[in-house]
Formats: sequence, C-alpha cells, structure tokens
Amino acid sequence: MVKEVKELVNRPDNTAYTQQRLPAWQPMLSAGIVIPGFVSIGLVFIGIGVALFVTSQSIQVLEIDYTGVEQSSPCFKCSDQTGKKCDCVMNFDIDSLFKGPVFFYYGLSNYFQNQRKYSVSIDYNQLTGDLDYFTNPDDACFPFQNDRNKPIVPCGAIANSMFNDTFQLFQLVNGQKKEVPLDGKGIAWWTDYNTKYRNPSVTPLRNAFNGTVKPPSWPQAAYELDTEDTSNNGFINQDFLVWMRTAALPDFRKLYRRITEGDYASGLPAGNYSLEIVYNYPVLSFDGRKKVVFSNVSWMGGKNEFLGIAYLVIGSLCVLMSIVMLIVYAKFKFPEED
Amino acid sequence: MSRRRVNSSGSLHPDDEVMPYSDDETDDELDASSEEEEPEAPPGAPQPPVEVKPSEMGWKVKANDRPYHHLPEFQKKVFLCFKKSRYSGNAIKTYKYNVLTFIPLNLYEQFKRVANLYFLALLILQIIPDISTLPWYTTLIPLVVVLGVTAIKDLVDDLARHKMDKEINNRKCEVLLDGRFQESKWRDIQVGDVVHLRKNDFIPADILLLSSSDPNSLCYVETAELDGETNLKFKMGLRVTDERLQHERQLAEFNALIECEEPNNRLDKFVGTMLWDRERYPLDLDNMLLRGCKIRNTEHCHGLVIFAGADTKIMKNSGKTRFKRTKIDELMNYMVYTIFVLLILVAAGLAIGHTFWYEEIGSKAWYLFDGKNHNSSYRGFLSFWGYIIVLNTMVPISLYVSVEVIRLGQSKFINWDLQMYYAEKDTPAKARTTTLNEQLGQIEYIFSDKTGTLTQNIMQFKKCTIAGRTYGDPTTAEGVTLDRGRPVDWSWNQQADKKFDFMDHSLVSCVRSKKDKDVSEFFKLLSLCHTVMVDNKDGELVYQAASPDEGALVTAARNFGYVFLSRTQDTITINEMDQESTYEMLALLDFNSDRKRMSIILKFPDGRIRLYCKGADTVIYERLSPDSRHKETTQAALDIFANATLRTLCLCYKDISAAEYDAWSRKHKEAQVSMSERDVALDRVYEQIESNLLLIGATAIEDKLQDGVPETIAKLAKADIKIWVLTGDKKETAENIGYSCSLLTDDMAIHYGEDVNEKLRIRQTHRRNEPQSLNRRRKRPTEPFFNMPGKNALVITGGWLNEILYEKKKKRRRLRLRRLGRRPPPAIPQDSQPMDDLEKELRQIDFVDMACECEAVICCRVTPKQKANVVSLVKKYKKAVTLSIGDGANDVNMIKTADIGVGLSGQEGMQAVMSSDYAFAQFRFLQRLLLVHGRWSYIRMCKFLRYFFFKNFAFTLVHFWYSFFSGYSSQIAYENWFITLYNLCYSSLPVLLVGLLDQDVNDKLSLKFPKLYLPGQKGALFNYRNFFISLFHGIFVSLIIFFIPYGAFLQTMGQDGEAPSDYQSLAVVTASTLIFTVNLQISLDTSYWTFVNCFAVLGSIAIYFGIVFDIHSAGIHVIFPSVFTFTGAASNALRQPYLWLTIILSVGISLLPVICIQFLHKTIWPSVGDKVHRNRKKYEMEMEEEERKTKPPTFDRGRRSRRSAYAFSHSRGYADLIASGRSIRRRPTPVGAPPGSIREAPQREAENI
Repeated sequence: MVKEVKELVNRPDNTAYTQQRLPAWQPMLSAGIVIPGFVSIGLVFIGIGVALFVTSQSIQVLEIDYTGVEQSSPCFKCSDQTGKKCDCVMNFDIDSLFKGPVFFYYGLSNYFQNQRKYSVSIDYNQLTGDLDYFTNPDDACFPFQNDRNKPIVPCGAIANSMFNDTFQLFQLVNGQKKEVPLDGKGIAWWTDYNTKYRNPSVTPLRNAFNGTVKPPSWPQAAYELDTEDTSNNGFINQDFLVWMRTAALPDFRKLYRRITEGDYASGLPAGNYSLEIVYNYPVLSFDGRKKVVFSNVSWMGGKNEFLGIAYLVIGSLCVLMSIVMLIVYAKFKFPEED
Repeated sequence: MSRRRVNSSGSLHPDDEVMPYSDDETDDELDASSEEEEPEAPPGAPQPPVEVKPSEMGWKVKANDRPYHHLPEFQKKVFLCFKKSRYSGNAIKTYKYNVLTFIPLNLYEQFKRVANLYFLALLILQIIPDISTLPWYTTLIPLVVVLGVTAIKDLVDDLARHKMDKEINNRKCEVLLDGRFQESKWRDIQVGDVVHLRKNDFIPADILLLSSSDPNSLCYVETAELDGETNLKFKMGLRVTDERLQHERQLAEFNALIECEEPNNRLDKFVGTMLWDRERYPLDLDNMLLRGCKIRNTEHCHGLVIFAGADTKIMKNSGKTRFKRTKIDELMNYMVYTIFVLLILVAAGLAIGHTFWYEEIGSKAWYLFDGKNHNSSYRGFLSFWGYIIVLNTMVPISLYVSVEVIRLGQSKFINWDLQMYYAEKDTPAKARTTTLNEQLGQIEYIFSDKTGTLTQNIMQFKKCTIAGRTYGDPTTAEGVTLDRGRPVDWSWNQQADKKFDFMDHSLVSCVRSKKDKDVSEFFKLLSLCHTVMVDNKDGELVYQAASPDEGALVTAARNFGYVFLSRTQDTITINEMDQESTYEMLALLDFNSDRKRMSIILKFPDGRIRLYCKGADTVIYERLSPDSRHKETTQAALDIFANATLRTLCLCYKDISAAEYDAWSRKHKEAQVSMSERDVALDRVYEQIESNLLLIGATAIEDKLQDGVPETIAKLAKADIKIWVLTGDKKETAENIGYSCSLLTDDMAIHYGEDVNEKLRIRQTHRRNEPQSLNRRRKRPTEPFFNMPGKNALVITGGWLNEILYEKKKKRRRLRLRRLGRRPPPAIPQDSQPMDDLEKELRQIDFVDMACECEAVICCRVTPKQKANVVSLVKKYKKAVTLSIGDGANDVNMIKTADIGVGLSGQEGMQAVMSSDYAFAQFRFLQRLLLVHGRWSYIRMCKFLRYFFFKNFAFTLVHFWYSFFSGYSSQIAYENWFITLYNLCYSSLPVLLVGLLDQDVNDKLSLKFPKLYLPGQKGALFNYRNFFISLFHGIFVSLIIFFIPYGAFLQTMGQDGEAPSDYQSLAVVTASTLIFTVNLQISLDTSYWTFVNCFAVLGSIAIYFGIVFDIHSAGIHVIFPSVFTFTGAASNALRQPYLWLTIILSVGISLLPVICIQFLHKTIWPSVGDKVHRNRKKYEMEMEEEERKTKPPTFDRGRRSRRSAYAFSHSRGYADLIASGRSIRRRPTPVGAPPGSIREAPQREAENI
C-alpha cells in the first residue's frame, strides 16, 4: 500500500479545481428567461420614464441671455467694451408663481473650460494654502505663473479667467424696486469648501499674499474678493470655488445665488422683475454667450426631458423586441434533435 | 515526354521495401561536396571517391593528457583577445540567466517585443511637456506590472533549468585521474579522459569504447533516448584496445591520439582514426558510445571521451527549438497592427479637428491664452501626439501578458488532468510549451507515427495453426468462453515468462502430453530457428531480439516448454520439455527483405540434418513440397488471422540427407567467398536448399494496438480531423495496422504509388497542354482526382513519395551532370529540365490535393526527413493546422515541423518528448487533448480576445466622442487614475477567469459530440469579422457611455441646485457606467459560473468603488494635493439619484441589444454548440445512465477481405554477429577453461580481473 502511494508521485491531484469540475451554474439565454425579462425591464423602464417625464414637466426654468448681441438688447452697449466697467438692466416678467426655492445661475456658451491646456493650468498645492507654492507656483500655471517675476496667486488660467459679472435682482412692485435677497452661501461643493481649498493659516489673510500679485485679469486680489464678508475671501470664496470646478462641456451653467430668504423663500411671485448687471466679462470676442437662468428643482434635479423620454423609448423598445423575439421563437422553435 | 522524365532517374520504380535513407545523407553531403568540388576539379575529370583524409580531420583528442587540449592551437577566440579551448567541458548549460544578467537580459528580451517597445515609446512621449496629455504613471504602472509578471515567469522557468542542469552536471562517474579511477562529477569530465562505466549507467559524453567486460569488448547499449529504438545495440571496442587495455594500469598508460571529425549532429556517422604506437586504426560509429545512451547487460566498460558537453551528438542534435506561433497569435498581431493604423488615423483626424478649432475658436478665446506663439498647424501636430497618448489604450497593454497567463493556466490544466494521467507508468500529461494551447482546438491534420504510437510495439503470440488445427481462440466457434476466460497458468514451467498470456488451454495440454508430434516440432522450430541472443540475468533468461516479432515467437516457445538456453557460434542449446539438448548449427540462412524468410540447418544429436524455415506465407507456399499436408486448412487459418489483423508467419521444415547437405555446403562456401555480388550469389544458393518444404503450421502475432486507438481515430475522424500515418514500417505492416485501427475500411479503394503517380502525370500533361495564359488564370484545377464514388485511401511508400514529389532528384541529377562534365543547361527548359520549381510546386500541390481527397493516407517506409516533408507540404499548401504525434527519435523531425508536436512518453525513450510541445503516455489521450482541452482553450482564448478588444475600445473611444466637445484638445473623459487602473484592477480579473475556466459544455459532452470541434478548425470564433464586431460593439458602448450622460444631465442641475455638469462628475459617471457595462458584459459572456467568477465580477465592481472613494477622499488629497485632485467628486456625483438613473439607462442600452441579438441569433441560426448546450441536462443524464448500464462494447473488427498477412522483422537479424562468432567466440582465456556460451562469459571475465 505504502509502496503504491510512493510510486504514483506524479499523479495529479484529484480536486474539482484541477480537474475543471468546479461546481458551476451554466445560465442560458433561453426564451423563458429572455422574453419575460425584456417585458419586465421594458415595463420598469416605462414606469421610470413616465415618472421622470412628469417630474421634469413640473419644473420651471427661466433663461435670459444678456450678452447683448442684438442692438435691441439693453446690454448691447456693454458688449463691445472690454475691461471697462459697464452696467445694464434686463427686465422680465413672471406670469405665475415661480416656486421656490429658486436657483439663480449664470451660464456661458461656447466657453471651453474643458480645454485640456486650460483645465490643467492650476496649482492644487497653492490652493491648499501651501505657502511654498505662493512664492513658487507650479509650471502648469504658465503663462499665469509669474507676472514680472512676481508669483501670481492664485495662479493659472482657470483662476485668471474667473467670471466676474455681478447681478442684483429687483422685483418691481408699484414702480418701486424691491430687492430680492440673494443667498451666496453654500453654493459651492461642501468638499471643495471644506477640504480641497484652504487658505493659508495666516492672519490677516492679506499678509500671506505679500510678494505676490493678483491674476492679470482680476480687478482685485484674492483676499479682497468679498468686501462684505471677510470669511468669504481667498481660496474659499464661494464664487471662486464654483468657477474653479470646471465644466465638462462648452455650454454650462454655474450656480450664482439661491433665492431662499424673506418674501421669496417660497418662490418668485408673478410680476415684473429687473436684473441689474455689472457687465465685466468679455465673451463676444470668441462668440460666447452669457445668460442668467432661474430654475427650481425636484428630486431629480433640474428640468430635463431627455432622460424621461429615453427611458420611455427604451422601455417601449424592450416590450416591442420581446414580442419580436416571441414571434421568432415560435417560428424557429427548436426541433429536439442532436 | 513526361514518361521519360519519370525514368530519368535511372531506376524504373522505387523499391517499396527500401527506405530511401540515402536521401537524408545526400542532402547535405551533396551540397558540401559540390561546393568543394567546383574550384578543384577540372571539368570532365572522373572524380575520385570522396574520402575524408585523416589530415583533414580537425578534432584531435589525446588520451590521458588534459593539458594537450589547452595548447594554443586549440584555442578559439571568444571575445576580442580572450581565448578559450575549443573543447567544451562536459558541463551543460541550458539556463539563460544568472544572478547578474537576469535583469538586463530579461529586460532586453522583453523589449524585443513590439508591444513593450511601443509602451516605452509612449512613456517617453508622455515626458515631453508639450505633448503630455496623461501623466507618466498611467503608462508606467501597467508597463511595470506587465514586465514584472513576465519576468517572474521567466525567472521560474530559468530556475527549473538551473536545477535540471545542476542535477545532470552533478551526476557521478569514475574518471581515470593520476593513474587510478576516481569518482568525479560529470561536469568535471574533460575531453581525453578515460572513464569507467558500469551496467545501467548513463553515458556522460561521447566516448570511444576501449574495452569492456564482455568478450571482444562488446558492449550493449540502449539508445532509446537517442533514436527511440528499444532493442539493444551492440558496440565493439577495437581489437587492439580490447587486448591491451583491460586494466587500470594499462589504461593509465594509454596515450593514443584520436583524430576525427568535428562535432556534428549526425547520429548515424562517425569517422576517425586512432594513432597509437605509430599504428593507425580506423574508427567508426560502432566504436562509439554516445551520450544519452545507457549501458545494458555489460558489467562495466572503459572509454575515452571524445566529445564532451555541448559538442556531443545529442546536444548538437537538440539544436534550437523552432519558435512556434499559433494562428491566433498571428491574427492577434495583425489586429494590433490594424489598431495601430486606426489609432493613427483617428489621432490624425482629431489633430486636424484641433487645427480648425483653434483657428475658429481657440485663437480668439482670451481665457485660453497659453503664452506660446504656436500656429494652429503646429498645435494640431502636438495634438496628434497628444491623442496618440490618450488613445493608446486601444492597443491593450495587458493583452500579451494576459494571453500568456491564460495559456499558462491552460497548460496547467493539461498537466493536472487525471484522465490524461497514465497510472501504469506514473506519467501525467505535460504541456511542454505553454504558448500553443488554443491551436489544439484548430487541428485539421494529424500525422501519426505507427510503432509505439498507434501500436504498443509489443508483439504477442496470439494464435497458431498446427497441422491444420487452430489454437489460441479464447472462445469456441459458437462463442462460448472456454476455461472461464482465464489465461493459461504457467506454473508447471520453471522457465516460463510470467508476462506471457495465452488463452487456449488445449494447446498446453497438447504440448505437455507430448503426443502430437507436429506440435512439438512446431515449438522446437520456434526455439531453434531465430537469431535471438540470450542473456542470463539473475537466473532469468533475457532474450535480445532484432525484432519484437522474433522475440515474441521465441518467448512463446519458451513458455510452451521449448526453452532456448544459449547459443555459440555453431551450436544452439534448448531445453526440450525439461530435457537439455544441443544442436549443431550447420548454416544460418538469414532474413532479408527480398527473401522474406529465414532458415537454419541443424544437425540433430542423432545425426539427422534438418532445415527449419519460417517466413511469409507467399514465399513459403511457393516452396512447399507438393505432398505437404494441411495446405488448405493452414491457408484458411491464415485468412482468419489476417482478418483479425494478426501478423503471420508460416513454419516448415525439410529433412536433408548428409550427401545433399555436403553438396550444398560446398556451393555455400563458394558463394561465401565470392568476391563480386556475394549477396546475390548467397541468395541463389539459399534458394536451392529452401525447396520442397513441409508445412507445419503458422503463427499469428498481434502487433498490439495501444488502448483505445480505433475509438480515438474514429472520434477524431468525426471531428473532421484527417489522420495520416507516417511510418518507417513496411507497406504490408502499415496497411495491416491501418485496418486494425479502423483507419482503413473495406469500403475504401486503396491507391498505391503507381496509381497516384499515373494520376498526377495525367493531370500534369493536361496542364501542360493547356495554353499558358489559361493556366495562369485558372488557379487550381477544381475537378477531383477520384471520380469514382466511395471512399479512397492512399498507401504510399517513401520511394514513391520521392518519385512523385521530384524530391532530391534534381540535386542528384545536377550533381551527375556536373560529374559528367558540366554541360551547359539545355536550351529548352521544358524538355530537358522539367523539374523547375514551378513544375515541382504544382506537382506537390496536386499531390496534396489528391491526398486530402482521401479519407486516409498511409505513408510507409518513409525517412524521418520525409515525414517532416510531408507535414510541411500540407502545412504549406493547405494552410492547415497540423499536429504530429510520435514517440521515437525518427519522429523528432516531424514533431518539430508540425504546428504542434506531441510526444508519447512511451517505451522508446525521451527524444520525441524532448522536442515535443505536448507529451503524454497514450495515444488515446489525444482525443481528450484536442476535443476537450484544445476546444476549451480555443473557445476561451477567442472569448477572451473578443472581449478584451471590446473592452478597450469601449473604454478608449469615449475620449474620442468627448473630443468633439473639448476643442479636440486631447482632453480625457476619465480621471488619470482610472485610466491607470482600468486594465489592471477593474476589468481584468473576470475576463481572465473566463479565459481560464469557461466551458460551454463539459468534457464528456465535448467528447461525445466531436462535431463541436469544427468551429475551431474553421477559425470561426476569432477572425477579422469578430474583430470588427468587437470594434463596433466597443464603438456602440462608448457612444452610449458618452452621449446618454451628455443628454441626461450635462444641461441640467442636481437635486441640491448645484450643477452636476462639471468635468469631474462626468468623469465619475462615465467611469462607473463603463465599469458596470464591461463587467456585466463579461457576465453575459460567461457560460460557466463558478463562485470564483461571481466573486471576480462583484469584486471588480467593488474594487472600483472602493478605490474611487479612496482616491476621491479628503485625506489622500491633503497628502498629495496635486496627484489626487478629484476630491469629493465620487461622493457628490453618486448621491444624485438622477445620475444613477443615467448610469442604469446607459448600462441597459449597452447590454439589452446584445442580449436580444444573441437570443435571435441562437434561435434562428443555432450552432451545434448551442444545441448541445441547450440539451445539456438531457445528454448528461443519458450519459450517466449509459455509464451505469454497460461498459462500452468492445470495438467490432468485422471485416472480411483477404489481405496480405506478411509480417516480419524489418531489420536484419543478428545473424552476421552470430555467424562471425564475435560475441560468442571465447576471448583468449587461460588454457583449460571449458568452452562456454555467452551467458557464462561475464563470470569468467570477472575472474580474469
């Protein structure tokens, strides 16, 4: 016995794995699974589609282009001036209550924040408040790395091109302008505000910026971005954070303010409104467009019919295909042969 | 016209009996000599026979003189001025790396691969700041992993080689040093050393045999490892060394100088001379013991090392193994090139896009100012390189390494397969190359050796007919089993060979009763009339026969009580039913292939003279005396034997009067000394005495087939695999085996050489008569060669093969022309030089076409080289995947030539195995190797490749779609880290497992339905069509992955009012969609779901999310702010229900159409596999029941037609050796010692020393 065991030293192991006999499930795309599967998936998709579509329909959106391309536009006068401060007013009506909370966006078109060179022109180390990188910004920031041998803070093309139009919204009540309060807090991602971007721990903040210069396109330095709220300055300025989160596509919206306070907490009532714009940001040179957008949201976010329709179409196709497959299956029903 | 050509070689027809061995030699010799001749020989002068003069021989070896071989004249330049002796040491080195060279050499080897070089180039591109679009680590990390995995694999391989080398180099051997024999390691042996070898020792180097313990310094060796033949060969020392070099002291003083040929790989040739004491002695192969052989039956011997280590013939022969590639490999490479082209086109297109975009938009956008003054075309150019980097993942970096891992796994499964494990010999199957597995699923032609491959090369005495009565059937005519089917018990016979099986008890009782005179005569003949040598090993008789047939017959006689005990030059001693008697041998009329018989003339102790003869029935019946009895009954028995595919011999005798013998003896002596045409003269004399014979009976020997051969062949034939048998055997034997293993059947029309040649000639004449232009336009003659309905088979001999294929003739002819005086080539090539290359090629194509029309092809009497030629013909003209299977050294050529070589590790040594790609012990394992492992490997590999290409297209092309919205600025659609890890972690494991474990149907069903093998032969599962399907599938999925999110959320905002349309959220959504899609897609493709697969798919998705959340966490950003910049992206994006709905929709759209199409395809055009798969359960149950019920019925060999039943040994016997008495004649021994036989010699020799 012992001898026999010794003789068969080369005998392979008899395990399920080595003999390729692992217990396994061998699924098959049989008609019994595929056709009912398609029907149920189709029905589920149609259900989702209907829900999405209905929800989307209930969302209100108001878009106002203020680029000033047409001569009739109140902002036409500002459009050709570059760099010079210019104000213009856009008036608009709301027919029925614009349910709150209302979100106030600015939008840019034909603006390539996703251009590769542009999107990497940023120094993350600097933006975490690392003072070493204040004096010596990353090469990625070029050509907005140094300005006449002084380091630019915040450096890079993204920061340099920060959107700097400002808006004030008034409701016209009996010829009186009643300012709609705009809430600029918490419009950026929580993670951006709390972890990704940090100011250097130097007080006052401006001292950290000694020896640096502001980006060339900026009217004021980073520590002076918000004159009213000192804690909203430097790299954690909400507008700055919103801008720095670059858009995926050349047409994009960015959150500007929320309308959540006072009389307007439940929405914008019907009436006439006036939007006063400080027009700073030049876009016409590259055929860009600027607009403001008011929108409310649902559980699924803003208005978009695409997804609902897509679900409906795909769901219906599934059901249709299941019928086709049923017919084909009936016709080619496998004869039971070898 | 063509007739003349056929005859132009001088001979009328090739001889079917003769193996055209000379061709093998002429091939290189002609080349060599023709080159040498040209400058020297004056035209027209008769050439002296080419002889190697001693002075030309460059290899000098001096016995017992190590420093001699380091003389400056024997130094060769190694490197610059470093010199080294040209004599290799005996250490062998097969390993590639050592500790120091491993890293540089291995890296060098790896970067010889285009793919790795490509990624290195990419890496360099990525370092250039103007171009870099991806950080360096996206390429470096995968590249390092790929290189690392390959390096580890190489390292393991090399360690195994190191170990093996060490084992061999450290074997022990006794070497004569400082005047006495000392134990030494093989590696320390040097040229010129005298070594001492014992019985059963392996020979450590190529050694000149000096002396041995046997008479005349005879030495028996087993050459199995060298040429695969198991019967022992004898080698002989020179007479002078035999006489003068028996003792240590003599050997120590031995100082001869050997001059011989340079090391070469010719196993059949050795030329040299020995200069000793101013005398020259010629040396030839008979004096040489070659490395790899084993000393057998000889107690000990002494030899002089001539070639050591790398110079030995076996090492020279091992040569370089040809690098084999699979069809899929080739296809894969072409596809990678296609992808390259695609990549360049796409990148170029996008670069042009960038140029225009920059012109139109980019240059005007103040915010994009980058401080560089490049014009738009230059920017386009940079963008081109940028896109080359971005889209590089279209060429899958991990493709090659994954393919290697899968193949390695497949090979392991082959090694582990218990059903290919042969318990009797304890040999598991072994995949020696790990790169060819999927090719096993594509075999169209199998070329098989016969002896040892189809047959066991064991001859068994099965039946006999004696005086008209047939013995040996285990059943009566009515089919009732006799004696309860027990084999005969041999315990009554002390000297019986226990392994011998015989079923018929009646014959034994017949013999033991001693009543039947014919029966005793029958066995007496068997024990006397042969050329077997006997050896006494531990009291057991061991027979050494020139052919296994003879051995079987003598063994049979031994078991029946007629024991052959010993022979001397002119006596034979047998034990006749416990009564020892010695017969005087008057003459031995040896076998040769013309005579097909052998006879022996004996003088009985009572003075009678009798001739015993055994031979083929055809030749014996011609020579029978008219009053010989039992002719008809024996004939009938022979027919029955032949139908049972047994090999038969007729036995007969004749009494000769003393006067008659004297008269004949005189003629015999005359013939023996006749100078011219001695063989012919001898044959004529033999003919005279071998007449008027009286028939005793006939034997039937079974050339035992290996287990399961007919079943395997039938199964493989069902899988449309054509099997060609290529054998060195005779036509009759081969044909016989063809029938017995069901390769040939009775309904086949068999075509022989003449027939084939004629058909080809006609075809050729036709072609020549056609106008040339027409000839060229019509590519191939389409009409078949065999117009008759029914199956055809080809049986063709090596001689005919040469004739038909115009092989070699051209060269020989040219040479002859040159010798005749260098005639200029004739003006009209059509006539006098018909064998131009085109003609030859067309002829070969015709032959291959014809052979492929046949159901079976048997080539017999072919040389190893011809075997290889046939294989390469089919490979070349049929573009088919070929497999060669064989077990001996004569199969090495064809094993190396075929796409896949299989070696049987059977009885015939290891040569075939060493040069094979797969090795196992039994022919029948071939069906499992092909139909199960091959099929699985092929399906797995195809699935793997299809999916792998798909997954990378789907992954990469998202960038392409995105570029339309990012100003063609080579912006990427995913995070850098995702690109880095996608192929490594997120998508590789499930597909690797599919490549390793997937099976559509299990092994039993694979074997039951050989038709399942067909898709592999057609290459239907992976080809350019599948590649483009993968490409379009990838394009489709990438489209969905980009555009569904584009439509769904990029123009809208999230639940909390923040816009999710930022770049990082998009990257997260596309990446997540992709991960879900590819992992679910592989789940769809997986047909064999084990827990590992499940784990891998879920694991990949889990790993993805795990890593993504880690990389996007705040913590890691704080540590590396500029490396991990996606802080919070995943958590922000993935808490939006809207984005999940987008992901679900994208995944749904990506997968549902695939399911739908698959279902419809399988319903409308189901393949065999689908059908089997569908009814899998049913079949499995059926098979289980079958197994439970009955064992498979034994293979039915019902056939009726009469075939030639002649079989006999195909090499000449030991008759010369016996007749010359060299092995038997006593060496000069002390006076008074009694004359003895060979088996007593060793003891006496021992006393001498």
